[in-house]
Amino acid sequence: MQISGAQMVIEAFIAEGVDTVFGYPGGAIMNVYDEIYKQDGFQHILNRHEQASIHAAEGYAKASGKVGVAMITSGPGFTNAVTGLADAYMDSVPLVVVSGQVPMSLIGTDGFQEIDAIGISRPCTKHNYLVTDAADLPRVLKEAFYIARSGRPGPVHVDIPKDVTAQIAEFNYDIEVELETYKPHVKGNPRQIKKAMDAIAKAKRPLFYLGGGIINANATDEVREFVHKCGIPAVETFMARGVLAADDKLLVGMLGMHGSYAANMAMSETDLVIGLGARFDDRVTGKLSEFAKNADVIHVDIDPASISKLVNADYPIVGDLKNVATEMLLQVDKVDSDNYESWRETIINFADLHPLTYHEDSDRLKPQWVIERVGQLLGDDANISTDVGQHQMWTAQFYPFSRPRQFISSGGLGTMGFGFPAAIGVKAADPERTSINFTGDGSILMNVQELMTAVERKIPVINIILNNNFLGMVRQWQTLFYDKRHSETDLSVQPDFVKLSEAFGGIGYRVKTKEEFDAALKDAVEKNIVAFIEVIVERFENVMPMVPSGGSLFNMMLLEKKETK
Amino acid sequence: MTDNSERRVVSVIVVNEASVLSRITNLFSGRGYNITSLTVAPIPDSKYSRLTIVTAGSVRVIEQITKQLHKLIPVLRVYEHEDIVEKEMALVKFPITENLSDINTLCEAYNGKIVNISDTVIIAMVADEPKRVENFLSAIKRYNPKEIVRSGAVALER
Repeated sequence: MQISGAQMVIEAFIAEGVDTVFGYPGGAIMNVYDEIYKQDGFQHILNRHEQASIHAAEGYAKASGKVGVAMITSGPGFTNAVTGLADAYMDSVPLVVVSGQVPMSLIGTDGFQEIDAIGISRPCTKHNYLVTDAADLPRVLKEAFYIARSGRPGPVHVDIPKDVTAQIAEFNYDIEVELETYKPHVKGNPRQIKKAMDAIAKAKRPLFYLGGGIINANATDEVREFVHKCGIPAVETFMARGVLAADDKLLVGMLGMHGSYAANMAMSETDLVIGLGARFDDRVTGKLSEFAKNADVIHVDIDPASISKLVNADYPIVGDLKNVATEMLLQVDKVDSDNYESWRETIINFADLHPLTYHEDSDRLKPQWVIERVGQLLGDDANISTDVGQHQMWTAQFYPFSRPRQFISSGGLGTMGFGFPAAIGVKAADPERTSINFTGDGSILMNVQELMTAVERKIPVINIILNNNFLGMVRQWQTLFYDKRHSETDLSVQPDFVKLSEAFGGIGYRVKTKEEFDAALKDAVEKNIVAFIEVIVERFENVMPMVPSGGSLFNMMLLEKKETK
Repeated sequence: MTDNSERRVVSVIVVNEASVLSRITNLFSGRGYNITSLTVAPIPDSKYSRLTIVTAGSVRVIEQITKQLHKLIPVLRVYEHEDIVEKEMALVKFPITENLSDINTLCEAYNGKIVNISDTVIIAMVADEPKRVENFLSAIKRYNPKEIVRSGAVALER
């Protein structure tokens, strides 16, 4: 059929099964918005800032496993979205982002709201396109969705000049993607898999090192079965929280800069790292030369560029984790879980020596208590987003995650302002569950305008603001490493968060005690509208344990021992 | 650049489309690596082009760059060369007053010849291994070359 470029965008979205688009209109994208007005194949959610549109699409994608979709205009609309694209790229989030561009005749003339969008998005997307002819649009959009979701997922940016959205051309979406140069490895090399399984069978102190790639590959069930059949302890990265349930006996905990003592010691003592979909990030490894120093490394990853990038892999396996884990399971009889009995005990002793905990030794609430409490009250019934900072690390440490896609956070890029819009996207993807955003008094003010989105669209995100009147994580580093010179991190001057939420039409609570918190959370869940629960917490609480930047995992700063919890 | 950096030749086969060159050079510039020379030309009877990139860097970083090159959607193949035949061309413009036969003899020693003579200048070309092209360029200094153009290296695996 002969339709306009703008109509093609709509038709392609519908054909891809898109049910929600996040975005913000503007001059160059108006033809497409005109078609959005006319259609009823998907809902459009109007965020109040383009960055928030991308984060909302990320939240949607992370919670649903589907490709997130966002739409923005040219120039400032696009540049506002760049942080979101970079965030999605770092965390391998499948997105298709369509941006308007000035008409072809104006490109390169410093036209109004013109910027070289694909020039800017190139290093922060998996791939991008400038579409110069509407006849190319069906193929480009089809490729965009395919590239976003296949292999190592990532954001794909499609920039469409305004005149191309008006151009009429033939639309046929029933086409095969033919990309001779892009064929992601799916099946792992059987010989490598066999070697890896032999290595596991021979190892004395093997350790699973589980990463976010397991969630991207939808391989949680296979990995859980594999871990349990092997009886080998497992540590999780920040991105992998929820792969093993919090009460899983084999889960040692999260490793890395703010990982538990037991997880970091296990990694330091292991003789075989079984890395599944993890990328040996610097926040995980600490000092590279001391990382898992006495261990061989099995590294399974869909992205060949991740293998031996930082830590040399003795058993590299390129492939889709669902596929590789299934293959490994077929050979799991080689592994005798009884062999690891004393190793498991060693790790339990680590955990007993320095358990992950905190002291309730302040008049004010402890932020960790708040997170544990939400876990007790809502547990599996909530999806948990976070912003970036201390509250984010405490959430990763103390929330009892029970399933993949429950924890939605900005890992690689560490984007403050991610949490609230992401939680909106999470709620759109999974309306049945409560959408909680743990945030800080610093982070919430980046993208606070999303109160309007949530009120307008009746998206009842509950933002729990752990307020310590500090930019807490930076303050912690200043306290520890900059001789307590708290440069520009004291946030004593603040808005009235309760009134702020109410001004937009949401509800707000300020709580100082456990009883008040319980009551506020209960009320917010029942009222079912967007809420701010501002919790006044201890100002100088630090995230512990901590591996100082560049230090070795086994040299942790630990929580001081005290009698009571 | 790190101390253990060494000269590397990388060939990349890419889909011949807009913006592919900047995708590739971005990977070098984003790491602060300089490209010594770069040649691009379409491969006959195909939709692909071949790039030959000469760069210098530590083995580890170059390995990483080649993996990242591979990850780019329009890249078909990446060759990190070890054993290669490598050639480069240079064009040199001399004043007409310089000794024609001296220049011609020198050119012949480096796989070249005089390719154009006008009433004001002599233009000579040579095509040889990059190292030998350097030697040639230093040997002709005393003939007062007015302009020198080098093509950058092209390479084929043996």
